[in-house]
Amino acid sequence: MRARSIIKPELMHCERVLGIEGTAWSLSAAIAGWDKVYAEASNPYIPETGGIHPMVAAQHHSMHIGEIIRKVLESGVGFDGVAFSQGPGLGPCLRTVATAARALALAYDVPLVGVNHCVAHIEVGRWQTGCKDPVTLYVSGANSQVLAYRAGRYRIFGETLDIGIGNALDKFGRFLGLQHPGGPKIEALAREGKHYIPLPYVVKGMDLSFSGMMSAAKEAAALRPREDVCYSLQENAFAMLVEVTERAMAHTGKDECLIAGGVGANSRLQQMLGEMCEARGAQFFAPPKKYFGDNGAMIAYTGLLQLKYGMTLPVEDSAVNPNFRPDEVDIPWL
Amino acid sequence: MAVEKRGAEAIVLIENDKVIKTRIKKDYRIKELDERLRTERTRAEAKIMSEARRLGIPTPIIYDVGRFDLVMEVIEGPPLKDVIDEERSRMAGVLVGKLHGGGIIHGDLTTSNMIVKGDRIYLIDFGLSFYDEMLESRGVDVHVFYQTLISSHKEHERLMVAFADGYRSSFKEADAVLARVREIEYRGRYKTETP
Repeated sequence: MRARSIIKPELMHCERVLGIEGTAWSLSAAIAGWDKVYAEASNPYIPETGGIHPMVAAQHHSMHIGEIIRKVLESGVGFDGVAFSQGPGLGPCLRTVATAARALALAYDVPLVGVNHCVAHIEVGRWQTGCKDPVTLYVSGANSQVLAYRAGRYRIFGETLDIGIGNALDKFGRFLGLQHPGGPKIEALAREGKHYIPLPYVVKGMDLSFSGMMSAAKEAAALRPREDVCYSLQENAFAMLVEVTERAMAHTGKDECLIAGGVGANSRLQQMLGEMCEARGAQFFAPPKKYFGDNGAMIAYTGLLQLKYGMTLPVEDSAVNPNFRPDEVDIPWL
Repeated sequence: MAVEKRGAEAIVLIENDKVIKTRIKKDYRIKELDERLRTERTRAEAKIMSEARRLGIPTPIIYDVGRFDLVMEVIEGPPLKDVIDEERSRMAGVLVGKLHGGGIIHGDLTTSNMIVKGDRIYLIDFGLSFYDEMLESRGVDVHVFYQTLISSHKEHERLMVAFADGYRSSFKEADAVLARVREIEYRGRYKTETP
């Protein structure tokens, strides 16, 4: 059951929120105010071999969540609420973080705020770049979505029909024998690539599909230099992402574009989005590098926004939601 | 006399009795991919339009297929948007039913992309069309049509009922698609108004 946030008409006065992120590999806590991050501590789970194992990641989180919370508390900065990433994400990881957040909210007698992880990526991007009402390309491990604000919520205009681009790249990296996460290593190899190998390019309206492209890339890797395959994979996948982003901008008439999520740190993807925006007279925004990956500050800041609008959770209704979609959240502040 | 219309994907030039649709080069993607996509899509659009005509759906006749451009017949007449009534909405439903039954998704089913000429309705602009038999794609196609009715026609409820009648009469799987359309509206994914 999804817990519903209730919007109260009067705005609450609040200065800072302590936020905890832990939907997948990242474990991070921060205290954020309206104009800065006061304290932040992280301890990411990095698999030695293979990809993210949900149970092992959750064990890592439960082992280290005490120490990262202690670190931000040692800053001595007070907070008016505790926010946690309520979903989407890996169930065992979400539950570990939610348990810590509930305990903290009860111990400090402050409200509990459940934050949608995708919404937090958009909000931290708006906060850090100053853009107002963008079309957001959110690309991470599990997610590849094009979102834009319309009628009170962030609507999903397009998304992947199968795998997220980050997971696709990581899997391909493992196939090549590269250590997790594979994305940055593929980016480095792609810079040495020269020859484009045609790969399946699947865009349906504003939706995308990557699985056929990944199978073809694996087949190509057996015959062609890995640099060329990585280059072709990036060019192909990113062109798909940029195309649907442009389509959403044309459809909504918006002239700002924001990149968010771990794959957003890729400089080729940023360059392509920048060129697309320039050609249509739009502005492109990218936050500082540390805000691309999952981080506690984005949960703390979004939690602060929600707290101001009274979007808090009673502890008994604070169950996590592994399939939490961003368009289920009211956005009264935009 | 020449009229030019510039979209995000293509430039459409209307010259006397011909329409020339040219796909625009995108500088953000590498040349090899850009040219491959523009060529593939130009050919696919021509193929899908001919296929639709074979299914009994009036579409413009294609005179020539270039590397990046299509030369087509001009369809003279008002867009359905300006002359819609229940009977014409029903006719549109029949056409979309035939299209979906043939495994084609139009991809941009608005009342501006339907031209009324005599007693026929022509479907135009297959630029976003693709082959697909998934319930979701068909549902989104119908949903887009409904959204244009809702946003620009007062009588939209009766027009939607008429469309559904026509759609059912030409397409066996219509009921499942129409159920999916309600689900798409409910989850608000493409919704333009507050739920």
